[in-house]
Amino acid sequence: MTSMEGMKVSEADLVVYVHPSKSHKVSQAVLRELSSLLFKYSETFDGVVLAYEVDVPSKKAKILSGIYPYLGVKLRAKLLLFNPKPGMLLEGKVVKLSQQSIHVIVLGFSSAIITEEDIREEFKYKIKHGEEVFASTSNKHHKIKVGTILRFLVKSFDEEILHISGSLHPANTGSIRWLYKHMEDSSNADRSIKKREESEGTQNAASISMNTDHRHKKPKRQRSGEDS
Amino acid sequence: MGVELAAGKAGLTEMEDVNFTDLEVVRFVRDALTSFTVGDRENYEQLIGVIHHTKNLAPDEVALLVTSLKALSGAVSCFDNVHHELLSAIFGMSMWHYSPDVMDALVELIIALAAASGKYIDSCLDMLVRNFMPPYNFLELLKQPRGLAKKDHVLDRVHSALEDIADLIPLAPLRLKRIVCDKMPHSSNKEPMIVIYAENMLRLERSVMGELVGDMMLAAVVDKLIDLDVEIEWEDILQDDSGKGIFEMELEDVEETLDDDDQEGEQLPREYSSGRSFRGNASAEKLDSMLVLMFEHLKTCAKDGHLAKVFETLLESFQITVLSAYKSKFSQFVMFYACSLDPENCGTRFANILADIFLSSSYPPFKRMSAVAYLASYLSRAKFLSVSFVVKMLQRFQLVGWCWNYCENQDGTINPEAHRVFYSGCQAIMYVLCFRMRSAMDVPRLKSQLFLMPIEAILKHPLNSLKVCLPSIVEEFLRQAKAARLFMVSETFVFNDMLESELSRAFGGMERLDMFFPFDPCLLKKSDRFIRPNFVFWSMVRTTYDNDDEEGSSEEDVFEDFTGGSGENVVNDAMAASYEDHDIDLDEFDYSMNKMSITPKNSLKYRFGGELRGGAMQMPSRIRPSMSPESL
Repeated sequence: MTSMEGMKVSEADLVVYVHPSKSHKVSQAVLRELSSLLFKYSETFDGVVLAYEVDVPSKKAKILSGIYPYLGVKLRAKLLLFNPKPGMLLEGKVVKLSQQSIHVIVLGFSSAIITEEDIREEFKYKIKHGEEVFASTSNKHHKIKVGTILRFLVKSFDEEILHISGSLHPANTGSIRWLYKHMEDSSNADRSIKKREESEGTQNAASISMNTDHRHKKPKRQRSGEDS
Repeated sequence: MGVELAAGKAGLTEMEDVNFTDLEVVRFVRDALTSFTVGDRENYEQLIGVIHHTKNLAPDEVALLVTSLKALSGAVSCFDNVHHELLSAIFGMSMWHYSPDVMDALVELIIALAAASGKYIDSCLDMLVRNFMPPYNFLELLKQPRGLAKKDHVLDRVHSALEDIADLIPLAPLRLKRIVCDKMPHSSNKEPMIVIYAENMLRLERSVMGELVGDMMLAAVVDKLIDLDVEIEWEDILQDDSGKGIFEMELEDVEETLDDDDQEGEQLPREYSSGRSFRGNASAEKLDSMLVLMFEHLKTCAKDGHLAKVFETLLESFQITVLSAYKSKFSQFVMFYACSLDPENCGTRFANILADIFLSSSYPPFKRMSAVAYLASYLSRAKFLSVSFVVKMLQRFQLVGWCWNYCENQDGTINPEAHRVFYSGCQAIMYVLCFRMRSAMDVPRLKSQLFLMPIEAILKHPLNSLKVCLPSIVEEFLRQAKAARLFMVSETFVFNDMLESELSRAFGGMERLDMFFPFDPCLLKKSDRFIRPNFVFWSMVRTTYDNDDEEGSSEEDVFEDFTGGSGENVVNDAMAASYEDHDIDLDEFDYSMNKMSITPKNSLKYRFGGELRGGAMQMPSRIRPSMSPESL
C-alpha cells in the first residue's frame, strides 16, 4: 500500500527579473513573480506548482543593461509540484456521482472524472435511501458515494485545465477507507498502515509513509486555501 | 425512472409508442454518437435537428428536446472533436427561448459537459455567460412582468450552473472571470444589454464565487462606467459660457428630448433653449442606469457586511482608472456613495488616500492635482463628513501644512506652471473653506484651529496664489474670510465675474485641472436619489457673512433668496419667477435635468426654495460672488 503519488519536491535555481520600478520592494516582487506560477502547469518544472519556499542566498543582483535596467535576482527555491502521470494512483474526494460518471476533486483544486467505462464491473450503480452510490457486488461494505475519499488510477492529465481522467479498473483502487481495512491482507501486510488505520483520526499515526504524505498535503492545502 | 417518449420521438427512430427507460435513451444517444464516428450519420443528424429546432415548439417537441438533452448529459463521455457540429448546436442554444424544463435539461447537459473533459469547460462557461443577455427581440418583453419572470428563470439557472461547475472544477472561476470580462458588451451596445450584463457581474461578485472573481467583476464594471463617462464630453458644456462663475457649472443629465422641450419649453431659461445639445446623451442614460445598479449593489454589500472588502477593490480601481481618467464626470460618485455608507471607515480612508497621493512627490503632478481636486470636492460636498474631520484634514501635515512648507522653501514669484501643484493645493483649501468655514467657526475649538493655520501666510506669500487660483473661488473665499475675521487683504481683487483667469488656466494646464470639481452635483436622473441625501449643495451652505436674519444679507448679495419666500426682492427675472411658481417635485424637475449645461444664475433661488419645501431640489451649488445683482 502506498501513499498518494504524483507529488514531488524540486529544488530549483531560479533567476527572477525584477522591474526597476519595484527595486525598493524586491522581496515582494520576487514573491509576486513566484506566486504567478501557482496552480499552473509549468513545462520547465514538469508539474503544477503548489507551494514554494524561497531563499535568496546573495544580496547581490545582476543589473541587465538596456533601456530598463532589470535586476536579475538569483534564488534557490523549493517547489512542491503536482505532476500526475498516467498509471499513477491519486486520491481525491468524490463530489458528484451519477450512473455515467464519478467526479472527484484532488487536492482541492484539480478535477477528475471517472466515466462509466472506467469503473470496473464489480461496482454497480444504485440508489440507496435516496443517495446515489456505486456499491461493490463482491464486498458489500465497499461503497463509493459523495464524500468518499477515492483512490483511482490516472489515465490522462490535461495540463492546461488541470483536469484528470481516471480509472477504477485496478483492484487496488476504490474507497480508501475500505482499501485500508482490507487490502493489507493481499499486499505485504504493512504494520504501519495497520497502525495508522487503528488510530485513524487521531493524527499521531506513526506511519512514516503517512507522515510524508501529510507533510506534502498540508502546505498545499493551506496554499490552495489562501489563493483560492 | 421510465420516460415515455412523446410521439415526436418517432422522427428520431422507429421505436414509436414504446416506453424506454432513461438508460435506454442514453444508450441510444451514445450509439448515435459513436456510430457517427464510423460514418453512420443518420441518428446523429436527427439529434442535431432536434437541438436546432427552437421556434414554436409543440408540447411533444418540447418533450423530445428535454429527453434528448437529458440523454446527451448521460453520453457526454462519448463526445469528441468530430461532434463539433452537435456541440456548436448545443452551445448556440439560448435559454431565453425555452420553457423551464428545457432550461433545466440544458443546464444539466452543460454542467455534465464542463465536468466531462477539460476541453469543453471554456465553451460551457462561454455559453452560460452569453445567456447573461437576452436575445435582442426579448428586450421589449423585459419591461413586462412576464419578461421579468423569464429573466429570473434564466439567470437563476445560469448562476446556479456556474456555481455547480465551480464545485466540480475548482479552478473554473479563474477561467470564468476572464470570459466574463472579455464578453462584456461594448458601450455602444443597447442600454438594457449593458445593464443586464453588469447586473450579472455584480451578482457573481455577491455569489459564493465572489471571493475568487469579485475583484475583477467590480473593476470591470467601474471600467465600463469610465468608458461611458468619457463619451460624454466636457468641452461641449464648458466652451461657450466662459463668463459664468465656476460654481455655476452644473452637470445635469444630458439628454435633450423634444418632449421635454415641448412641455417645459416656456420655463426653460435661455441657456437651456439655446440648443446646446449634447452628444453623449445615450451614454449618460446608460451610465445613469449602471450607477443605480452599482449603488444598489453597494447598499446590499453594506447590509451583508462586506462593504469593507468591496471598498478596497473600488479604491484600487479608482486610483487606476477614475483618478487618471481625464476629468471623470460621474463615475467617481461610486466612491462617494460607498463612503456615505460607512463614513467612519470608508469615508475617512478615501480622504486619506487622496491626501496621500497629493502629498507624495512620487506621483506625476497631474495625478496629484487631480487627487487634490477630488479631495477638495469630496470634503466640501460630503454631508456625512463632520466639520471637525474636514478641519483635521486641512490641518496637520495635510493640505495646509504641505502648502506652507512648500512656499517657505520657495522665493520666486508667480509662476503658474512651475508651482501648479502648490496652486491646486491652495485652491483646494479655499474651496473647502468656502463650504465649511461657517460651520467650523461655530465650534470654538475648530475656530481656534483655523486661526492657528498659516493660511494667511500661504496666500500672501509672493507666489501669490490669490492671483492665480480661480477668481470666483478666491472672491468667495476672501469674502468669507473677511466676515469671519480670518484675515484681510489690502489689495483689492477685481475679477469682473470672471470664471477663470489666464493664470488659473496656466496652472490648470491642458487638462484644465484648475476647473475640475469632481463632486459637483451629479444630476443624473435615476442615480440622483442615492446621492442627494448625502450631498451638500451650495444652497445649503451657510456662509460666514450670511447672518441668520434676512435683513443682514439683503443689502449685498443674493443669498437671502434662500428663504424662498422673499424671492421678489433681488431676483426678479421672469425665469426665476416661473421656477418659483412651479410647484416643484422631483419628477417635474426632470426637465431641467435633461440638459447638461451651466445652470442659469437665477435658479439659485429656485433651488433653495425647493430645499425648504422638502429637499426635492437639487441643483448644485454655486457660489455667487458679491457682484451678483449686476450680473443678473
